[in-house]
Amino acid sequence: MWNDCGMSRNKEGLKKAKDKIKALEEEFWKNLRMVGTNDELNQTLEKSLRVADFLEMSQLMVEDALHRNESCGSHFREEYQTEEGEAQRDDDNFAYVAAWEYQGKNKPEVLHKEALKFENAKLTQRNYK
Amino acid sequence: MKIHLKIWRQPNSEMPGKLVNYTLDGIIPEVSFLEMLDILNEDLLKKGDEPVAFDNDCREGICGMCSLYINGRPHGPEQGVTVCQLHMRSFKDEDTIYVEPWRAKSFPVLKDLIVDRAAFDRIIQAGGYISVNTGSAPDANAIPIPREVAKEAFEAADCIGCGACVAACKNASAMLFVATKISHLALLPQGQVERQSRVEKMVAQMDKEGFGACTNTGACSYECPKSIPLNHIARLNREYLSAKLTSNSL
Repeated sequence: MWNDCGMSRNKEGLKKAKDKIKALEEEFWKNLRMVGTNDELNQTLEKSLRVADFLEMSQLMVEDALHRNESCGSHFREEYQTEEGEAQRDDDNFAYVAAWEYQGKNKPEVLHKEALKFENAKLTQRNYK
Repeated sequence: MKIHLKIWRQPNSEMPGKLVNYTLDGIIPEVSFLEMLDILNEDLLKKGDEPVAFDNDCREGICGMCSLYINGRPHGPEQGVTVCQLHMRSFKDEDTIYVEPWRAKSFPVLKDLIVDRAAFDRIIQAGGYISVNTGSAPDANAIPIPREVAKEAFEAADCIGCGACVAACKNASAMLFVATKISHLALLPQGQVERQSRVEKMVAQMDKEGFGACTNTGACSYECPKSIPLNHIARLNREYLSAKLTSNSL
């Protein structure tokens, strides 16, 4: 996640990350060493469930990053930058908050868009120069 | 370092527990006590055994989750630190270390080294709060508080609610814990509204939970990871007495 879905990411890296996490997840469910039962206080189970959540969540994050064909703030897609190297937004297509709805294991999440409306401040290109 | 551990293992509060021997080799002095337990737990997991259950969270001495009784002392041999701030350099090669949970009737063992400290939460719920309008923070100089008072209140507010005071006390008394809350809020202007009812309610809840009474041995203060002094218990007693003298409740 740090290398391929970090502050600076590109399509190729994100696709690589997707495969890597998928492989990790498969290994996790195949080789998980679980002790104890779920009828008692079980810290190993607590930790494993957290890892399972992380594996699901990270895949969704990569998916969302792949979906967003623009740079937005510190979510910098290397393919989308201005000549000066600043983040290049695509407000026509991506001025929304993405909410992904879980559909069940191994089913693609459904995208819900919440439009971003700016009444007082106008959308503009940031430039630190 | 080679370390011999005798760790309390207990499946739950209903079943009996016992000390189990473990030996760890190659422990470096720089690791913290909890990291040493992590190493042990990894070994146990690899063998298919159940890891030792213990409470921990922030690992920087402020959350009050870690709660181990090490060689007969809450939070181990060092003064003024929590278990997570204790390092293996405080022990010697070939040392035998006893690790037990907090021992108190009001803190039932949930598993191994984890105890249920919900009794503390219920004491706080009984009165450890102030009722004020929330909103933006008031101006720092709007309510003048003398430096000495602020210092005293802050010293009490240092309490992280770990329960070492109860574990150290021969009476399993929660007086130091309750005293810090009473002292902290009674000293400050924001705590005045509920000052009387707070001490009555919190002490009543403390008694209801089955914590013992204070006999001024000072073990609580000595073992407190925040080194909170006993004079807060004196203030609790004074607050309680003056509240009861003018109490409206029967």
